[in-house]
Amino acid sequence: MSRVRADEEEYWHSSKFRAFTFDDEDDELSQLKESKRAVNSLRDIVDDDDDDLERVSWSGEPVGSISWSIKETASGSTSSLDGRDSSLQKGSSSYAAALPKQASSYSLSSLFKGRNKLSSFQSLSDALTDTGVKNYAPELRRPKAEYKDYSGDWSPKDTVRRMQRGKVCSLERFRSLQDKLVLLDEAVAGHDGNVITAVLIFLKRTLRREILFRELEVRQVALCHLIHFLRETGEQKFLLDLLRTHCFFLLSLQLSQYREHLNIQDVEKRREFLKGCIGLPFSAEDTSHIQDHYTLLERQIIIEANDRHLEMAGQSELFRKYPRKASILNMPLVTTLFYSCFYHYTEAEGMFSSPTNLKKTFKIPDKQYVLTALAARAKLRAWGDVDALLTTKNWLGYTKKKAPIGFHRVVEILQRNNAPVQVLQEYVRLVEDVETRLNLATKYKCHDVVIETYRDLKDRIQLTAYKGKVERGSAEEEKINSILSNTVRNAYS
Amino acid sequence: MALAGRRDAPEPPDFGILKRLARDQLVYLLEQLPGKKDLFIEADLMSPLDRIANVSILKQHDVDKLYKVETRPAPGASDQFCFLVRPRVRTMRFIADIVNADKMSGRSRKYKIIFSPQKFYACEMVLEEEGVFGDVTCDEWSFYLLPLDEDIISMELPEFFRDYFLEGDHRWINPVARALQLLNSLYGPFGKTHGIGRCAKMSYELWRDLEEESDGEGQGRKPEIGHVFLMDRDTDYVTALCSQVVYEGLVDDTFRIKCGSVDFGPDVTSSDKSIKVLLNSQDKVFSQIRNEHFSNVFGFLSQKSRNLQAQYDRRRGMDIKQMKDFVSQELKGLKQEHRLLSLHIGACESIMKKKTKQDFQETIKAEHSLLEGFDIRESTSFIEEHIDRQVSPVESLRLMCLLSITENGLIPKDYRSLKTQYLQSYGPEHLLTFHNLKRIGLLTEQAAGETLTAVESKVSKLVTDRAAGKITDAFSSLARKSNFRAISKKLGLIPRLEGEYDLKMPRDMAYVFGGAYVPLSCKIIEQVLERRGWQGLEEVVRLLNGNEFSVSGSGAGGGRAGGIQAFSLLMGARMAHSALPSADSAVEDNPAWDCQRVILAVFLGGCTFSEIAALRFLGKERGCKFIFLTTAITNSARMMEAMIEAKA
Repeated sequence: MSRVRADEEEYWHSSKFRAFTFDDEDDELSQLKESKRAVNSLRDIVDDDDDDLERVSWSGEPVGSISWSIKETASGSTSSLDGRDSSLQKGSSSYAAALPKQASSYSLSSLFKGRNKLSSFQSLSDALTDTGVKNYAPELRRPKAEYKDYSGDWSPKDTVRRMQRGKVCSLERFRSLQDKLVLLDEAVAGHDGNVITAVLIFLKRTLRREILFRELEVRQVALCHLIHFLRETGEQKFLLDLLRTHCFFLLSLQLSQYREHLNIQDVEKRREFLKGCIGLPFSAEDTSHIQDHYTLLERQIIIEANDRHLEMAGQSELFRKYPRKASILNMPLVTTLFYSCFYHYTEAEGMFSSPTNLKKTFKIPDKQYVLTALAARAKLRAWGDVDALLTTKNWLGYTKKKAPIGFHRVVEILQRNNAPVQVLQEYVRLVEDVETRLNLATKYKCHDVVIETYRDLKDRIQLTAYKGKVERGSAEEEKINSILSNTVRNAYS
Repeated sequence: MALAGRRDAPEPPDFGILKRLARDQLVYLLEQLPGKKDLFIEADLMSPLDRIANVSILKQHDVDKLYKVETRPAPGASDQFCFLVRPRVRTMRFIADIVNADKMSGRSRKYKIIFSPQKFYACEMVLEEEGVFGDVTCDEWSFYLLPLDEDIISMELPEFFRDYFLEGDHRWINPVARALQLLNSLYGPFGKTHGIGRCAKMSYELWRDLEEESDGEGQGRKPEIGHVFLMDRDTDYVTALCSQVVYEGLVDDTFRIKCGSVDFGPDVTSSDKSIKVLLNSQDKVFSQIRNEHFSNVFGFLSQKSRNLQAQYDRRRGMDIKQMKDFVSQELKGLKQEHRLLSLHIGACESIMKKKTKQDFQETIKAEHSLLEGFDIRESTSFIEEHIDRQVSPVESLRLMCLLSITENGLIPKDYRSLKTQYLQSYGPEHLLTFHNLKRIGLLTEQAAGETLTAVESKVSKLVTDRAAGKITDAFSSLARKSNFRAISKKLGLIPRLEGEYDLKMPRDMAYVFGGAYVPLSCKIIEQVLERRGWQGLEEVVRLLNGNEFSVSGSGAGGGRAGGIQAFSLLMGARMAHSALPSADSAVEDNPAWDCQRVILAVFLGGCTFSEIAALRFLGKERGCKFIFLTTAITNSARMMEAMIEAKA
């Protein structure tokens, strides 16, 4: 026990990039050097990745935690991974060509035989021995029960059953279309998705696409499995072909294509890709969403290029005072609007980065616009802009305060940005609901508003009580006193 | 309910054996690759593995270095690699890359893949395609069941939800059937099996198939679990979408409980580090507050603190001997309690702070109106504002889904406008999220015909005709209605009451949602157990889209009809206590009595802590014990996140 404990101690203290080793003392020095090299070369990459590991601290649990002890022995080879992906896609679309040819390698069918101990039999010829011509030699080598796996004795139902239990089973004997379909239907009836997919892999390999697709049309469960399988293996082309033939999935087809943009890192390429998506036969509604997506990214690319330049040049005070936290690329529209209200508020409508331009282009509702602009201007403490934003002029030239989001929201936003009381109370006063107004005014110490409201309500009791809440000898107190005495006088006159 | 007639709920069976079985099998598999080896572990498997084994066990079986899958091996790695993985195509490619890289550089190694809980043919196909089949050996670690607590067993398969309900993939049904088989062999034979939902039915059928083949071992043993109830998550999405307000649910919603433990950050621990805490019945403080409505928790904790203070204070005025006894006997316990108390108090504070910031009160109010069907316009504008303010993408989705499900879909005008605003606030790529939500039936438009383009609706009709009833998941979700309002009325899910709901002394399961709503899933279970089946629930079943079943003597047992009788007598006895005195006592004499009061509730697609709390409450009321088997613990955020598309 104590030995174990000691081991763990040692484990916890072992260096980050060198997992524990027990006995090979000789190796130690070379390993040490090696790890040191690794550490030095990887520090930059790993430091970030390790954040997760560092944050968690184990609360003195007596046992070693496995998840915690996994060393992120990363070796910066991610770039090669990306390269592999593209080559892989090519490989899998030309499926047949990828099949191994040598006798020593393993046929696809061997996949269905499962257990590794049988691997010595897993040649192509073995798998085909069940077509009538009996091959007696293998039988001598195998026990009878095992031999049965390769003979044609299993009915489709039994085949499915055996596969469900993870037992070896060859599918090669299902050669007629009829047999294949019976097998597929049995698999579906057996409720095991793993087996359904296995049968589909076999059908995909042994049937022409058109025929497979045709048969799947009336087998929706199987169709779902094939679609999911193709998604997982990344056989995009096959998937799109499949979706194309199944009219019901037309929408899925377009979305699957559109979905691909998530995998495109380069913004220019992504933009080009989205442009292509606009032409896809989506519903009118979705087409406009995708059109907006494209337009938005196009704008963002322009704005980003401009602003990065501005920021680097260091001549704009705004950028110097409030450096950008992140690039605006791929951000949602509302975030983009906020950004443009923050950095480009006063720009003329002709500029792509101006808020009014964004509002027009994307038909942003008034409410949304005011909400966002308000938040941005309040953050900059530009109270004049806030005032202008909420002021409307009618045709006679009278001005009026209007807030499509409700003045209680306005107050909340301003308060969150630490607006001074003078600014705050101007909008608290405009809150329509009396109770809300009183609540907000009391909460944010807008004394004038509280006092005036009580005055309008002619609530002497509350007003007198409020006197205790204002500073002694302050202007507010005086105001309360004068109102109280005024009303007294009024009452007598 | 007659409190006097309340019987103590039976103790749950000991599930520790499941852990031991899993550990022993893992050790056996590791021994199959003798000698020193490096172990690569799939990220999702680490926490479950932590719960059954530890580093020293792995080391005892010659595991040298540990890596996370997706991490490249270090230069000085062992000659043997072992991969402990979920059966996923992505992971297979990762392994194939390692093997192929070794081949290229002429490095020879042994490779072993251990799939948990089972291997998929598609994985082997990928290995074959990548040209490494035969270079690696494959094995299966049948780790289906992880006991998270004395009454919760999780399969730790969060992907079940998306794979089955969205993609229509049946791959996890076999593992569910095997899990049932294992439980039946260890704690059965089970009595009656009830269920509702397509997946429940299929899982039951596959399980029954498996049992038929097995030689019926465990026959004649005294069963420890009486009955089984299987339920698909899509039977009741509403409950899973509600904000949780019992403590355990709130902790899960706020901090995410992972595999029965939670990371409390610096804001909770009031220090500069995080602490990982196991949350289960062993935690003396937690076990007393987990099922409580949040409003009761503060009072409890402060009472508890005062008691603790008093106990500490006792040491004043002690003589040396007493002090010695105090230190040796009590101090450790008190310190432990102190630590737990301060953690949970910290957690409460942090929850309060976060929830106040999020307008939690208003959100709950909107939720309750949605559940009751009042002020729908007001709730809709509340959601709209939520979206416009970019409060939280997941929260906004959740509220929209709740609106849709309770209202049988949004009216087209609202759907369009909410969708547009959502895409503007949170990003256009959520177009994909909306499509997924529509397919799964969580967020739909009223009058389904309109949502499809003309071509699509024509084609779908065509397909429907041709397939003659073979139409399944892919379509059903579009056609299907939630009927929540009607179901709620039929089952009385919204308690009508005068005055305040006393959350301290709950009257019914509605307390888990502040007295506003009885969780539908739990209500169905209650009703079916009470009625010994689905008789009298025909209308509800129709509204729930059918697929209900009740089978006696399931599993290997064959004809164990006696079991359910006992249970329904029990439930009946609660209802009309004095009516059946003789039957009641007769049943009590039956030695099988205890087990008949233990019910396995199986949630396919996830179960929330609120549901667990509600059924624990029901169990206490009725003198029975619920055991939970779920594919994973879920909550609204996890469900929503499962619908969001990420890059491959």
